[in-house]
Amino acid sequence: MSVNIKEGWEPKILAFCCNWCTYTGADLAGLNRMKYPENVRVARVPCSSRVNPQFVIRAFQKGCDGVLVCGCHPGDCHYVTGNYFTRRRFMLMKKLLEYNGIDPNRFQARWISGSEAAKFRDTVTRVSEQIKELGPNVKFREGRWS
Amino acid sequence: MARIGVFICHCGTNIAGVVDVDEVVKAAGKFPGVAYATEYKYLCSEPGQQTIKAAIEEHNLDRIVIGSCSPRMHEVTFRKMLMSTKINPYMLEVANIREQCSWVHTDKEKATEKAIDLTRMAVAKVCKSKPLFPDSIGVTKRALVIGGGIAGIQAALDIADAGYAVDIVEKEASIGGHMVMLDKTFPTLDCSACISTPKMVEAGAHPNVTLRAYCEVESVKGYVGNFEVDIRQKAKYVDHDTCTGCGACEVKCPIKVSSAFNQGMCDRTVMYKPFPQAVPSKPVIDALNCRKISGDGKCGVCAAVCPLKAVNFEDKGEIITEKYGAIIVATGYELIKWQDIYPEYGGGRFEDVITGIQFERLVNASGPTEGHIRRPSDGAEPKDIAIIKCVGSRDINKGKAYCSRACCMYSAKHAHQILEKIPDGSVHIFYMDVRTPGKGYEEFYDRTREDGANYIRGRVSKIFKEGNKLICKGEDTLLGKPVSVEADMVILETAMVPATDISKLTGILSIGSDTDGWVQEAHPKLRPVETQTAGIFLAGTCQGPKDIPDTVAQGSAAAVKVCSLFSKVQMETSPIISAVDREKCSGCEMCIPCCPYKAITVIEIDMHEHGKKVKMNVSDVNSGLCQGCGACAGACRSGAIDLKGYTNDQILMEVDALCL
Repeated sequence: MSVNIKEGWEPKILAFCCNWCTYTGADLAGLNRMKYPENVRVARVPCSSRVNPQFVIRAFQKGCDGVLVCGCHPGDCHYVTGNYFTRRRFMLMKKLLEYNGIDPNRFQARWISGSEAAKFRDTVTRVSEQIKELGPNVKFREGRWS
Repeated sequence: MARIGVFICHCGTNIAGVVDVDEVVKAAGKFPGVAYATEYKYLCSEPGQQTIKAAIEEHNLDRIVIGSCSPRMHEVTFRKMLMSTKINPYMLEVANIREQCSWVHTDKEKATEKAIDLTRMAVAKVCKSKPLFPDSIGVTKRALVIGGGIAGIQAALDIADAGYAVDIVEKEASIGGHMVMLDKTFPTLDCSACISTPKMVEAGAHPNVTLRAYCEVESVKGYVGNFEVDIRQKAKYVDHDTCTGCGACEVKCPIKVSSAFNQGMCDRTVMYKPFPQAVPSKPVIDALNCRKISGDGKCGVCAAVCPLKAVNFEDKGEIITEKYGAIIVATGYELIKWQDIYPEYGGGRFEDVITGIQFERLVNASGPTEGHIRRPSDGAEPKDIAIIKCVGSRDINKGKAYCSRACCMYSAKHAHQILEKIPDGSVHIFYMDVRTPGKGYEEFYDRTREDGANYIRGRVSKIFKEGNKLICKGEDTLLGKPVSVEADMVILETAMVPATDISKLTGILSIGSDTDGWVQEAHPKLRPVETQTAGIFLAGTCQGPKDIPDTVAQGSAAAVKVCSLFSKVQMETSPIISAVDREKCSGCEMCIPCCPYKAITVIEIDMHEHGKKVKMNVSDVNSGLCQGCGACAGACRSGAIDLKGYTNDQILMEVDALCL
């Protein structure tokens, strides 16, 4: 599936951030006026374990270029054990994506605490660069016809 | 069809300076379901809120989206505002176009595009929102304090004084904890027992306090306001209702074992009270060492001498089940077992290498030597004493990475007491840093140095015996030279570690603990005495090393939290919790292990299938226990369990809206 990358193309990256750590960290990045690429859109969830793999699949299906799931550091989960489930779930998820012909690097999971604004900025910047290198994600339905 | 109102806030120039607000409003007006879109300078202000309220009436809106600062900031404000309108407070979504857009981007065009996307996501999500209503649950106005140290006693007394019933569960035979073992407290040199025993007596005599000494928490069921706790009363072998605490049995008991209260520095009888001022002031039998109970069965002197026939060798203990509305964890600390990790300090082979708490007993007037400092090996008065700080603290290779906080001060106090009691003696203190953050602490440290304590900056690498002396070899890092100190006695100021069985308790209570095992507070700065589990609070050193003033302050703070919980007749719970669609649930039970709060159980219900009545197993969520994390919703294979406020439908709409 060769794709012509249009000039000025910007990826669309969806970040699921847990309310207690990463979302707070992202807010803190704002409070500190840190700068990061505009192509990341954050969806707020109470806990990273709330993210059903279905959401990620749907995002890729609809043509999202990258998905990021962020939560509290292991051991620091606001809900005690939520992020352990996230970790296990998405280890498997990466394999499933690969099986489906989606580059697993389009999907990333990171632990960013509420105080790690700089880590949020750095992570988002790095993920954005990586996705840019991978180029646009071809929607499932478009891929079928090409 | 939904009638959505979109309101975009300028936040002065905070948002409008980067994001083209008019452009966002124009775009939002075209989103499906949007009936009205507008902007305002400051939506959170009173006139801003009035604008929203007026628009709701005028345009007959049934749900709203606000593009403004982070929902962590003003979601609550706008929900409160909606309470006085016809719209349910949960029919609201906030698009974070300040913290996560205008503040982090400079390119106006791209930032505006992102703000439009974020607003579109919020609009899509709110389309699927449903009105939610908080539940209310009753509150049992009785508190449980686990641990009868100074933190637990303080918390219990404060709750009791506020007029609520409170139980203290203490695993030892007496309340008092570590504080009552100490001789004097820094920096005022108050007699520790003299200030803590009146508190113990007060707790024992308070009409609202029930002491449950020699008890342990066995299991905890339920949730905030409605805990059901099984408490195991360990076998005391003495009927405390009959016993008057006359002490005849203790005097006559022929078997002696090492006294834990005196840190093994003297003996106690097997029929014992841990210490003379014990509360409750009645003895128990240490069954493990009793000849009658665990030995050949041939003693029974205590029963013979008891004038009231209170001794009962058949006592098996019992399980007491009580209902509580709140729980305070105040299980305190222990000292690190240094013998295993410090073979270079003798690993316990040298009798005259003792710990700080052993020294507390040694210097205490009611201790094994009646307050005379005598070394354990030969009972002679030691002249030269070495004190080694940070034994197990601030040393990841050996013990713990953290600082135990109190040791700098109590080692200064030990030095002061030694120099006071042994005028011709000398004290050498090996330290890494001297940390004295507290009122009057630095002054006390200065005073100790003026008393003549010799502070040597460096660690001791080896202790060995030469004749009657203990040689401490180390380095003076300020001089850059090796030093060797000849001492008659060495005191190790060992690290505080969590109580041994704390992991069992945190498991029973479903509360978190950190990497070192200390109980995790809900927020290190702003919620220091709460845990992640509603209705469970913490006080004292179970949360981390601290000194007595901080411990007492936390005890009172936890008590206030309990009192504010008890001041309500009914408690409102968050409606953002999981719910099961019984039609879809297949009873696979995948959700159950995901729940950290044990909120999900399987129930059997009657269903109709092809006109027949069948019994089905389905999951059921306890609304009092559920905290709304959604781990179960992420795990459900049939999409039967869903998190209200963050439903699968809502999030999928959000995803779709982004990918247009």
